[in-house]
Amino acid sequence: MSGLSEVSPAVSARQPRSTVASARFYSRSVSIGLATPLIAALLIGFVYPVTRLVALSFEGGSLDNYRRLVAEPLYLDVLASTVKVAFIVTIASLFLGFPVAYLMARLRHGVAMVVAACVFIPLWTSVLVRSYAWVVLLQRNGIVNALLADVGITDGPLKLIYTQGAVIVAMTHVLMPFMILPIYSTLRTLPPDYVRAARNLGAGAFRAFISITLPLSLPGVFAGSVLCFVLALGFYITPALVGGPGSMLMATLIGQQTTVLLDWPFAAALSTVLLAVTLIFVFLFRKTLSLSKGLHSVH
Amino acid sequence: MSIDLARSPNRLSLVRDHYAAPAFHVFAKVFGMITLGGVIGCVLFFLLLPTLIVIPMSLSEMDYIEFPPSGLSLKWYRAYFSDPDWMTATWFSLKIALATTATATVIGTMAALAIVRGRLPFRSALQALALGPMIVPHIVLGVALYLVFSPLQLTGNFFGFLIAHTVLATPYVMITVTAALQRFDPSLELAALNCGANRLQAFVLVVLPNIAPGVAAGAVFAFLASFDEATVAFFISDIGGKSIGRKMFEDIDFNLTPVIAAVSTVLVAVSLMLMGAIHLANAQKRN
Repeated sequence: MSGLSEVSPAVSARQPRSTVASARFYSRSVSIGLATPLIAALLIGFVYPVTRLVALSFEGGSLDNYRRLVAEPLYLDVLASTVKVAFIVTIASLFLGFPVAYLMARLRHGVAMVVAACVFIPLWTSVLVRSYAWVVLLQRNGIVNALLADVGITDGPLKLIYTQGAVIVAMTHVLMPFMILPIYSTLRTLPPDYVRAARNLGAGAFRAFISITLPLSLPGVFAGSVLCFVLALGFYITPALVGGPGSMLMATLIGQQTTVLLDWPFAAALSTVLLAVTLIFVFLFRKTLSLSKGLHSVH
Repeated sequence: MSIDLARSPNRLSLVRDHYAAPAFHVFAKVFGMITLGGVIGCVLFFLLLPTLIVIPMSLSEMDYIEFPPSGLSLKWYRAYFSDPDWMTATWFSLKIALATTATATVIGTMAALAIVRGRLPFRSALQALALGPMIVPHIVLGVALYLVFSPLQLTGNFFGFLIAHTVLATPYVMITVTAALQRFDPSLELAALNCGANRLQAFVLVVLPNIAPGVAAGAVFAFLASFDEATVAFFISDIGGKSIGRKMFEDIDFNLTPVIAAVSTVLVAVSLMLMGAIHLANAQKRN
């Protein structure tokens, strides 16, 4: 979770030596005072509730909830398909988003602004609005079905909504900006001289891209992919509205356990598993994950 | 881009091709660019279409959802603004979002100062923890907050929402203000201190005006993080207090009317105006 990793090098390297240098930094008591409201808010609204949730999953000191989770193949299937969907969404966002990020970084300022608007407008729009739009687009008498029938590809309306395909398409739409922006911010800082040098040495455009641009864009690719994957793992709104009973994910399963079946201890166990999977993944890739990169180019 | 695959590996011929550009390669190059342009065009269309499709739908005359609308009317906007349920939810969310903006901006700015300019034990641990609410799946946080809030009767309650949304919105402020503080030259503050200002005066008169764009951007993110938030709101709402996100979720799920398109258009307009204003303000400052 080293989200602000860019912060650390500059900050950790210095040690106050003289009075002038020490005036640059607030004293320890002032620093702690400044951080106290944040710590209080996090303890009340984040640490304590999540701890209570994990504790509830081990209700009465037993592992019954987890035994049930492992014994029933359905729940493991849901966990597997959650990881699968998150993976497909990440790969789809990468392949569709990379050319857009590349174009944004390459174009002249005016044209790049138009492309950037196409990325930022959906990013700034409520996830609910975007999920609603997909419900309308994909429903039985919706726009996509009408279009397919008009062109003559299909005879009757297809069942598009409430399927796993619909969930993947809508989630890719929602998460793609989180892939594009880190790649864009890496590509933008790439000096064009490198590619020019490669071209001068005889490399074609494709060769120059493969051996220069692509490797140097990898930090952005990894940052975007990890962010996309992590957000996709815990996504609730979109799969809940666009998906159906056949395309259950961990988040929608937790939603069903709490709102329909009211089985809170079991929902707590499922939540703990989802939390653990997310945190393990974040921990493994903490070096590449950069939350600020996703927001960086926003302002 | 297919040209390069067809190229001979011979270095001399590569150089010759590069400068002489035979007809086939020009054709292939143009073809490659058109293909790439087409793919990118489709992706941009895919990104933009679902966001903007709600606007024509909200102007439809019919009682069911159709596209393109056969006649134009504002009746769904009238329906939205005259429906007490929608209005109650909207005002409730607006109050929460404004209060969240205030708390998150203050808490986030203070914490960013402590992290960038302070001497803090466990600094990196605090940083990681503070960004946790962005990473932890919101459904997990929603269920957890419901478990704690429910016995305290904080569900459907202004203060319950304020606590939850402050935790969710503060990381955005911390990220933008931290970035602004790192661009700020601390010797300016030193100069103020040398001229006799105390810490607070130096902060208000020198530091704050310099990091103001970052603080403002953080405040806008915080507002939208609260106003557009739906997952946690889904769990901590109840019949007595429903956010606009929860109300929309219910209506999309059970009662798909063009009123939702009207509400969506209002939400899109609010987001675009706020973010556009921040963008323009920053662009102007840079020039």
